[in-house]
Amino acid sequence: MSGREPGLDGSTAEELLRIAGLEVRYGDVAAVRDLSFSVGRGEVVGVVGPNGAGKSTTLHAIMGVVPAAAGTVTFQGERITGLKPEAIARSGVALVPEGRHIFPHFTVQENLDLGLVGRRSKDGAARDMERVLDLFPILRDFRARQAGVLSGGQQQQLAIARALVAGPELLLLDEPSLGLAPTVVDLVFDTLDEVRAAGVSIVLVEQRAQLTIEFADRTHVLANGAHRMTLSPDDAGDEALMAAAYFGD
Amino acid sequence: MDALQAIIDGVALGSIYALVAMGITLIFGVMRLINFAQGETITAGAYSFVVTTELPLVLRIVVMFATVIAFSLAIELGLRPLRNATPAALLVTTFAFSFLLQSVFLLVWSSQGDNPLVLSKLNEALSVGDLKIRWVTLASIGVGSLLLVATALFLNRTSLGLQMRAAAHDFRTARILGVRANRVIMLAFLIAGILSAAATLMLVVQRPLVTPTFGFSVAIPALVGVVVGGMDRIVTGTMGGFLIGFVTVILGNYLESGRVFLTSVVFALVIVVLVLRPNGVLSRQNATVERV
Repeated sequence: MSGREPGLDGSTAEELLRIAGLEVRYGDVAAVRDLSFSVGRGEVVGVVGPNGAGKSTTLHAIMGVVPAAAGTVTFQGERITGLKPEAIARSGVALVPEGRHIFPHFTVQENLDLGLVGRRSKDGAARDMERVLDLFPILRDFRARQAGVLSGGQQQQLAIARALVAGPELLLLDEPSLGLAPTVVDLVFDTLDEVRAAGVSIVLVEQRAQLTIEFADRTHVLANGAHRMTLSPDDAGDEALMAAAYFGD
Repeated sequence: MDALQAIIDGVALGSIYALVAMGITLIFGVMRLINFAQGETITAGAYSFVVTTELPLVLRIVVMFATVIAFSLAIELGLRPLRNATPAALLVTTFAFSFLLQSVFLLVWSSQGDNPLVLSKLNEALSVGDLKIRWVTLASIGVGSLLLVATALFLNRTSLGLQMRAAAHDFRTARILGVRANRVIMLAFLIAGILSAAATLMLVVQRPLVTPTFGFSVAIPALVGVVVGGMDRIVTGTMGGFLIGFVTVILGNYLESGRVFLTSVVFALVIVVLVLRPNGVLSRQNATVERV
């Protein structure tokens, strides 16, 4: 399964995002090396691997938060490497950052309104806001409250909702299950299922490998900043393969 | 009656300092930068009055606003190439801007001081019983309150205001959400320019001797006020600016013949306050401050 060439990874979906030969360096250290994969329209692509594998860095490079030392990121046929984060957000990519990064002193509604800033068009903003609130009814109830008083799971829902009101084509999620109780993790994945059903493509970075491999159309395993192998949902039960993915052959 | 007189004068000076302090806090919020050159935008505006004595009053005020705003935006543009430099480098650069501009003012106008002759009639006093209230005192309180409320409304009721507040709390996340970094930073300098220009007008009426350090002598206490109030939030920073102006007048009233020591006493108080509450008197973060 390993060593796939860049491209559609066998998918028949129209290509939305393509990462080719990506390298990100922090000083002398390469956090990501020669990474290539692509995401089709409506697909969910998982990225798993041990701590320090370069998963979050990959998302940050797509979003323009860290510069790419080499390689390109192409979104909807346009090269977005080197663009500012705000320009990439406004082109239809939304990131749910690790640790959620909601604005705790702002109300839930203000947090959601900030999500609207990245919309490509103001048309349909009210409709999308209603849809997102239907998806997360708890946020509708807590609209006027300070976001900081929400529980961890509710804050994660707010972070995802804030990304969705921007009406993105591609949703990047960085460890959405981190620090959440198992039942809340299930709730988050149920929500992501609905997001997928709505036709939004997803790149899901996760520590919970098993859950991610089952959920995603395919999952890339990273180790030490490099691509190690690609797994399909069928591989989720294969313990030997999982062990090889994480600990090497 | 003396006390009431001092309170009214204190509120007036506090209002002017609060305008300058709010500008400093807004810029600090979005850039984590203390703009030491803020005072020179005020001096530039004051000198614009000196060179426009022949023009009609309204036009002179327009030119002054344009001058202060232009200097504020020029500082922002000047700092752009250094956006990714260390905070210390940025800070030292604003020092450099400040002293460079002071030197230029000194070369052009000398240290003698010039009288801009603006709205001098506002210095006449209105008598209410034993109280003597100068019109400029009332104008300072009125203009100060109006602009502070207007800025607060802008920050709390508009989308751009929300974006500025978000950038002040967590710049990176704000950008990830699509908030344009250049736009909010320029907006902070623009608003700081408008607030400083209003302060310039009130100051020039009250202290009609413009020298190269005219604005510096206001910006430094305002900045101290921001630090004393707590610079992490716009409200506390602005209130800190108000407090320093207010306390200065009240103390000046008590010291009477000891007025020469006024600045020393105010700054001694500042040191005591900062030792006791290092995050600012008005900040809520004091409870969680880590002590080494």
